[in-house]
Amino acid sequence: MKPLLFTLRHAPTQRLDLSPLTPDRLIGRALKETEAIEIGTTEVAIKVGDLFKLRSGDPRALHFEGGSEHFDFLGQKLLPGFSIHVEGDVGFGLARNATGGRITVAGDAGPFAASGMSGGHVAIEGDAGDFLCGPLAGEIAGMSGGRVIVRGNVGARAGDRLRRGVVVIEGDAGADFGARAIAGTIILNGKAEGRIGYLNRRASLVLAHSVDFGPTYVDCGAHNFAFAKLFARALADDSRRAARLLSQRLQRYAGDTAVYGKGEILTPA
Amino acid sequence: MPQLTRKGVRIDDSFAEAFPMAGTGLVITAPNRKWALTAAQVMTGYATSVIGCDCEAGVDCELSPKETPDGRPGVRVLAFGFSPKAVEKALVNRVGQCLLTCPGTAVFSTMEGDLKIKVGDSMRQFGDRWQISKALDGKRYWRVPVMDGEFLVEGQVGLVKKCVGGGNLLVMGEDWESTMRATEAAVAAIGEVADAITPFPGGIVRSGSKVGSKYKGMNASTNDAYCPTLKGVTNSALDPDIGCVLEIVIDGLTDAVVADAMRAGIKAIVTIGPKEGAKRIGAGNYGGKLGPFHYHLKDLLP
Repeated sequence: MKPLLFTLRHAPTQRLDLSPLTPDRLIGRALKETEAIEIGTTEVAIKVGDLFKLRSGDPRALHFEGGSEHFDFLGQKLLPGFSIHVEGDVGFGLARNATGGRITVAGDAGPFAASGMSGGHVAIEGDAGDFLCGPLAGEIAGMSGGRVIVRGNVGARAGDRLRRGVVVIEGDAGADFGARAIAGTIILNGKAEGRIGYLNRRASLVLAHSVDFGPTYVDCGAHNFAFAKLFARALADDSRRAARLLSQRLQRYAGDTAVYGKGEILTPA
Repeated sequence: MPQLTRKGVRIDDSFAEAFPMAGTGLVITAPNRKWALTAAQVMTGYATSVIGCDCEAGVDCELSPKETPDGRPGVRVLAFGFSPKAVEKALVNRVGQCLLTCPGTAVFSTMEGDLKIKVGDSMRQFGDRWQISKALDGKRYWRVPVMDGEFLVEGQVGLVKKCVGGGNLLVMGEDWESTMRATEAAVAAIGEVADAITPFPGGIVRSGSKVGSKYKGMNASTNDAYCPTLKGVTNSALDPDIGCVLEIVIDGLTDAVVADAMRAGIKAIVTIGPKEGAKRIGAGNYGGKLGPFHYHLKDLLP
């Protein structure tokens, strides 16, 4: 059965809260009921039907034909077994607090993509904004499970307070990549700038390009890590570049010793 | 005993009697095949029979780098015990003493199972707080620093509650050489059956036992009815042309696997024929009252 299709009629003029448009919330609804869902965030009311032309289909898989940087909170609290595809860009908080399922975005994503996600698979074909997988203000931890693949570049503070899960970035990263990470794994095929792994507690940051990581990262030598080979095999379908990086002999820099110090930065030896 | 014949090999109208066991398995990988095999061999050592060992274990199959989770050469081993607790204890001890210690190895679960055994979760503390947890696709792995790098071990390993232990074949021939030829062929054929092991040395046991003994306190003693040197002085089950008996014991993850393994073994013995190999095939049982799994040879003929 074909997916439930949302075709964008025109570019939105205000930020949209698309969190009601997840498969579990749409199952059992008639198209008219879905069209009546309020998604506006200003005094000017906008309903789904005002912005999207709907075509009936299997609500377990949603397909958005056309996107916008105003598409906020798409896939929020997505559950296992469901999927969302966007043929375009998305805005703030993609897959926020998702617990499972798959989200693919053909364009770019805004800040805080995969924030608070605890399971599932998010693939962003374009770039992602700041605080990829990071927590919102006041939250203790960022992403706590699942897998995020970004083909393009990411903004500042990617992997901020990452708790668990795997993040693959095939492009470059902005400032303070992997800063304050609690645990988890981030693989970066491009270049990073700023304080890489600043205050990293237990996370593994795998970088294709080695730079000076500062005095709080301590060289522990080059090794063949069985875990890296395990990850290479597991990630091969998602990112061949990441798999190639992980298959190499890796230099281990332990840190950030300014804090807990159980984390590491790994770069090709 | 009534007998059937296949290509000149006499087959007893009897059955093998097997017992429920708990079973588990591991995939052991290493930088090369030599060390994967060494690890598997040591890990499955002294694990022939639960009568005197903590478990029954053996190599199920070798795995190519394409088939293992970390892309290195590997071996799949299976271990069986009378209870999940017994298997867990045996497995944790064996992983700790044989695989943690073996250079280059990593350990992975190989089945979902009915419940989980804490393997990596039990021995992570060897890392003395330097161990690192890695979660991937819902599974947890532990990286334990050791002197050759890291020991990677999966936190939990699946265990199947209802396995089968004690499927068997009695291979009878004129002399040791011909009987061994047939038995080795059968063990090789059984080795091709996935999810089954033959835990005795080289897959073969020569000291089949009967229940009870003339000595006080001994629960089992030599199966004199099948000892060729006692043919004339005991109530022998052997024909005049039988001078050697070897047994193959089979443990499998399922009832069907044990039946398949026995079928493969019988076929291999029959293929060699009575001139070069065995003249007769039998099976061991206890009258059918002790074990719930009965494998009638007549149902397993080629």
